[in-house]
Amino acid sequence: MKLLTIAPSPHIREGMTTRKIMLWVIAALLPAAVASVYHFGWRALLLMVFCVGVSMACEGLCRLVMKREQTIGDGSAALTGLLLAMNLPVTLPLWEAAVGCFFAIVVVKQMFGGLGQNFANPAITARIFLMMSLTSDMTNWIQPGEAYDAVSSATPLVSGDAPLMDLFWGSTGGCLGETCAAALLFGGVFLMCMGIISPAAPLSFIGTVAVCSLLYSGGSVYEMLYQLLAGGLLLGAFFMATDYVTTPVTNKGRVIFGIGCGVLTFLIRTFGSYPEGVSFSILLMNILTPYIDKFTTTKPLGAVKPQKEDAA
Amino acid sequence: MRRLHGVSLPHAKQTAGSAFVPLAVPEKVLLPMSLHMGVPCTPTVKLKQEVTVGERIGTCDAPFSADIHASVSGVVTAITDYRPAGGKPCKAVEITSDGKQTPFPDLKVPEYSDRESFLAALRVSGAVGMGGAGLPTHIKLAPKGKIDYLLINAAECEPYITADDRTMKEKPLTILAGIRRIMAILDIPECAIGVEKNKPDAMKILRDAADKDPHITLVPLAPVYPQGAEKVLIYHITGKVVPEGKLPADVGVIVMNVSSIAFLEEYFTTGMPFVNRGITVDGGLVKKPCSVVAPVGTPIRNILEYAECDFEHLGRLISGGPMMGMCLPSPDYPVTKTMNAILALPEAKPRRTTACIRCGRCIGACPMKLMPTELEKAYQRRDAAALDAYKLQLCMLCGCCSYVCPANRPLAESNSLAKAFVRGGGKK
Repeated sequence: MKLLTIAPSPHIREGMTTRKIMLWVIAALLPAAVASVYHFGWRALLLMVFCVGVSMACEGLCRLVMKREQTIGDGSAALTGLLLAMNLPVTLPLWEAAVGCFFAIVVVKQMFGGLGQNFANPAITARIFLMMSLTSDMTNWIQPGEAYDAVSSATPLVSGDAPLMDLFWGSTGGCLGETCAAALLFGGVFLMCMGIISPAAPLSFIGTVAVCSLLYSGGSVYEMLYQLLAGGLLLGAFFMATDYVTTPVTNKGRVIFGIGCGVLTFLIRTFGSYPEGVSFSILLMNILTPYIDKFTTTKPLGAVKPQKEDAA
Repeated sequence: MRRLHGVSLPHAKQTAGSAFVPLAVPEKVLLPMSLHMGVPCTPTVKLKQEVTVGERIGTCDAPFSADIHASVSGVVTAITDYRPAGGKPCKAVEITSDGKQTPFPDLKVPEYSDRESFLAALRVSGAVGMGGAGLPTHIKLAPKGKIDYLLINAAECEPYITADDRTMKEKPLTILAGIRRIMAILDIPECAIGVEKNKPDAMKILRDAADKDPHITLVPLAPVYPQGAEKVLIYHITGKVVPEGKLPADVGVIVMNVSSIAFLEEYFTTGMPFVNRGITVDGGLVKKPCSVVAPVGTPIRNILEYAECDFEHLGRLISGGPMMGMCLPSPDYPVTKTMNAILALPEAKPRRTTACIRCGRCIGACPMKLMPTELEKAYQRRDAAALDAYKLQLCMLCGCCSYVCPANRPLAESNSLAKAFVRGGGKK
C-alpha cells in the first residue's frame, strides 16, 4: 500500500489565497476603471493596461535577476500597476508611466524584499515620486471629453466650484481613477462585504476628513461633501489605506491609521502648499505603521502581566 | 461579554442520524500502555495469560495515570514496544480474541462513601477525558478549591464528528444521572451543558431529560470553531477568564466532556471499566459514514473496512477532527480512548506557502486574541523572550490561524514547534 501523508493539523483550509485577494481588489477597481474610460476615452484604458503590463514585467524581471521565487502570478504587481494608473492624469506620456511602474515595483517593493516586506505603498510612493520629478506632466489634467492636448485645467480641489453631482459621477478633471466617487464607493463597499478589507481604516479616514472639514467650515455640509468627493480621498481610503502590507494589522491600529490619514489630509489640503494631501498622508502613516503596530498589540485572553523581576 | 473570535467551518455532520453500531469483535487488539495523559502503565499480564473483558492488564503507581483493561476476552499473544502516533514510546499488550467477550468475573458495581473512595473507584476504571487530551478523570475531579460550576462540554465543534451528539441522543438519562452523581459527591451547586446550536435534536432530548431541574441549564452556543475549547467554553458560558498558567478549577469551574460523563455513570452502575469507545467514521473516502462502538485497541483497518473505505485513494488518515486531529501513519494503528473520530481523507492538493502579506486574518481568527504573525516571526529568530511576551503558552493549537491564512503559512505548526523549543530550554 502507498504511504499515508503525515502532516500537522489543521488538515483543512479556508481556501482564500493571496492571489484571490489581489484579484478581488482588482475586480473592485473595475467600476472605477470603466468610469475612467467613459470619461477620459480610450487612452485611459491604454494607460491602465500599459501600467499593469510594465509592473508585471518589472516584478518578473526583478525576481529573475534576484534569483528569488517567481511571484509575477500572485496578482500584487498587476494590482500595483492598476492602482498607479488610477493615480495618473490621462495625458501622461507612456515612458513617464513606465518610470513610475519601475519605481513602484523595483525601488519601493522588490528592493525591500518583495510582497509583504515593503514599508510604503508602492503605488502611492510612485505617484509622489512622479509628482515631484515630473510635476507639469503629472498635473496636466483635462476635463472629460476634452482633446488630450487641451490646456490643463484646475482640479475640483483647486477650483472649488464643481457641482457635487459631477464629483459623484466623475465628470470632472483629475486622475483616471479618482474622479468617479460612485464607482469607488461601490468597489469599496464590495470589498468590505467580501471581507477582503476591514472598514476600520477607510471609515475612520473618511470620517476624520468629514469631521475636520465640518468644524473648519463652521458646519457647512456642502463643504464637507465637497472635501469627501473631490480629489483622491475615496480612492486612497478604500484602496490604499487598506493595503495590508503597509497598514497596521489590528483593527484598533487601523482606526488610528485612518484618523492619522484624515487629519494629515485635512491639514495639507487646507494649510499646505499642495492642493491634495491624500497620498502624502498615507505615505506618512505608512512610515508610522510599525509604531502603531507596536502599541496596538492584542491583549490575549487570560494574559497575566509579567512580574517586575521577570521583566528585568 | 463579547464573543471570542473563531472560524466558521463546514459542519459536515453526516453521521448525526447514524446510531452507534457495535463493531464485530476483532481477531486481535493492541492495547498501548499509554492511552491517557500522564505516566504510561506497566503491563500486569504475562505472555499466554488468559484474560477477560474488563480485566486489568496495565497499571501504574503514579497518581497521574489511568489503568488499562482488556477490551476482548482471549489470550495475551504479545507484549511489544510500541510507538504511538505523536507520543512517547511505551509497551503494548496484544490480545488474541476468543470471540466470546466473557466479562471479567470479579467485576462489581463500585461502592463509595465519600469523595476519597469515589476518586479511588474512578482511578481503577481507566476513565479519561474522551473529548481531547485524555486527562485521567480522577485527576480532573480532585480540584483543590471550591467548585461553583460543572460545565458539560457538548459543543463538538469540529467538522464531521458526531460521537458526543450520538451519545446525547442515545443516553440522555445516563448523562443526567452522571451529572447529578458528580454534583452530589463534589458538592457543586450548578451545572451548565453547552451544546452548539447545530445539534437541536440532542439539545431537545437533553432538555427533556433534565426535566426543568433548576440547577442544570442547557446553554445553546453559536456553532463557531473552537467553541468546545475549554477556555472558550468557560468564557462563553460563565464569562470567566482562566488566567495564564491556571486551571479551570482555579476559577471554580470543572469542564467535562459529555461522553466522559456517560462513561462515568455507566461504570458506576455496571462496574465495567473503559473498554469500548464510540467513534465517528467519515471523511469523504468512506462509502458508509457511520458511528461505531469498538473495543479499545481494535485495528482501525477493521473499522475502515466496515465503513467501506476507499483504501486506494486514502491520503490522510486522521484520528480526531480535521482541525486538531492527528495523522496516523497506517490503518493498523489501534483505537485509543480519546479517538472520537476516524477520518479517511484523500490527499490534499499541494499549496505553495508564500510571504506573509500582513492581512491580519490570523489575528482576527484567534480565539485567544494572540498574534500568530508575531509568534511566527519570534520563533523564526528563536526568540524565547518574544515568544513569552506574545503569550505563546496561551496558544491551544486550535489551528484557526493556519486555516484562514491566505499565504498558506503553517502558523499553528510554528506555534507547536515553538512550544517544543521553549520546553527544551529556549536555547538557539
